[in-house]
Amino acid sequence: MGAIYRRELRAYFISPVGYVFVGVFLCLAGAFFALSTLYSGTTSLSSYFTYVLMSFVVLIPLLTMRLFSEERKSRTEQLLLTSPVSLWGMVMAKFFAAFTLFGATLLVSCLNFLFIKGEYGAINVPVMLAQLLGVLLCGAAFCALGIFLSSLTENQLIAALTSIGAIVAMLGLGFITSGIENTALRVTLKWFSVSDRFYTFSYGLFDFVSLFYYVSIAFVFLFLTVRVLEKRRWA
Amino acid sequence: MIELSHIVKRFGDKLAVDDVSFAVGEGEIVGFLGPNGAGKTTTLSILTGYLSATSGTAKIGGVDILEHPAEAKRQIGFLPEYAPLYLDMTVEEYLGFVYELKGVKLPRAAHLCEIAAVARVEDVYRRVIKNLSKGYRQRVGIAAALVGNPKILVFDEPTVGLDPAQIVEIRNLIRTLGRDHTIILSTHILSEVQAVCDRIVVIDGGKILADKSTAEFVEITQAPTRLNLRIEGEQADVLRFLRSFNGVKSAEALARAEEGVYTYFVQTAEGKDIRRDLFFALAEHDFPVLGMEALGMSVEDIFLRLVGGDDNRKEVR
Repeated sequence: MGAIYRRELRAYFISPVGYVFVGVFLCLAGAFFALSTLYSGTTSLSSYFTYVLMSFVVLIPLLTMRLFSEERKSRTEQLLLTSPVSLWGMVMAKFFAAFTLFGATLLVSCLNFLFIKGEYGAINVPVMLAQLLGVLLCGAAFCALGIFLSSLTENQLIAALTSIGAIVAMLGLGFITSGIENTALRVTLKWFSVSDRFYTFSYGLFDFVSLFYYVSIAFVFLFLTVRVLEKRRWA
Repeated sequence: MIELSHIVKRFGDKLAVDDVSFAVGEGEIVGFLGPNGAGKTTTLSILTGYLSATSGTAKIGGVDILEHPAEAKRQIGFLPEYAPLYLDMTVEEYLGFVYELKGVKLPRAAHLCEIAAVARVEDVYRRVIKNLSKGYRQRVGIAAALVGNPKILVFDEPTVGLDPAQIVEIRNLIRTLGRDHTIILSTHILSEVQAVCDRIVVIDGGKILADKSTAEFVEITQAPTRLNLRIEGEQADVLRFLRSFNGVKSAEALARAEEGVYTYFVQTAEGKDIRRDLFFALAEHDFPVLGMEALGMSVEDIFLRLVGGDDNRKEVR
């Protein structure tokens, strides 16, 4: 498992994908930060983190699109599947590789916050930490989703596009549901809305229910990925 | 070492492997021979745990591959039909990755160097796999199979797509490895199994047709059944003579080779070598033989011979 994790992390930087991800992420984060705090004259980070969340639509699929599809296309999955590593080991290794690069870049982007200190007043650190945790958890759920979609195809482009679509849907669900009159349907759809859960964090609340929600979403998609791999073996 | 019993594999409606059972003892080199689409790759995939059988069991060193996959897989080095290489890695990195993946405990640097020497990839050890020739890539694949010194090696069509010199090299390498490994090698080339293996298992249509030692096998398949002849003389007379000759099943004229010389294609009756008799008989009748070539048997011919003719073969299928 450790071997696959290290290989995936290195693979990000052998190809340009890792550099593109880090570069674009940091540029966007910088721009969002400047717009939503510095130019708006506020120390509240909630709109900044919302923008960051939106940028995941493109950024997370960049990280996850090739994780399984390329393996299948180049037939290297045969090496993995005939090695003494379990399917869960494979899937978790790839998930953590994507999540590590994502999380590390997110943390680096937080250096932006240093600009605030002294200039406009102080950041509310506990609120900021809650928001950061929310973004991290949400990113983890999207990584798992992207990995699942990558395991369904051997075409990276399709993996990327379906991931973009799925993330847009999960983020957009919150906006759509407010217009639905049927209560049962609205509540059900709202339950799947990733962005709604994020708002509890963005108010600075540490919410165990939301934490559990994101972890379950990630778990479900990773579980489905394992099932996809398992099923292919029996096909 | 390896025990397959009653393996069946279906892909939807298609029956790819139909009740295949065989065992391989320690130290044997077994050739798995069959035409394309016979079920070789599927069987090997089940054996190595890449696919699961619809029914039946595969045991590696007494360990069921489904019940204890990690333990079973640790005993096997597998080279699939297309070597599973990460093209963006160097040979060194790749072998290191496989070493970690398999959780090998041997001293790393020494072990990998040793493998690189055995598989003869030392010259390209630090090069990126993407830039290597097909022959070298295949050897890197073999090196990867050797990581961790598994007792069993499984090679699926290891010489496909290589040039003749590379083929000889890979075969020699496999033969060398056979001294201290149990090897299963799949191929659709008869000469390959004859050159390398002690025992030959023939498969077609997902069923095992024969399981014999190479010596036995050679005996069955040795007598040539098809001859290409170049004979001087009137075409009609020669044909009439050939057709009436005892032991000839059919004869036909192919083309005019030179002035008054024609080529003929002769099929002989099963299991009888008539080349000498035919030569002298033709000479006696004043039909000089200017060329005679015994055509090698194709895999298809061998199947015909093994199952005794077209009709039987259809039944088997």
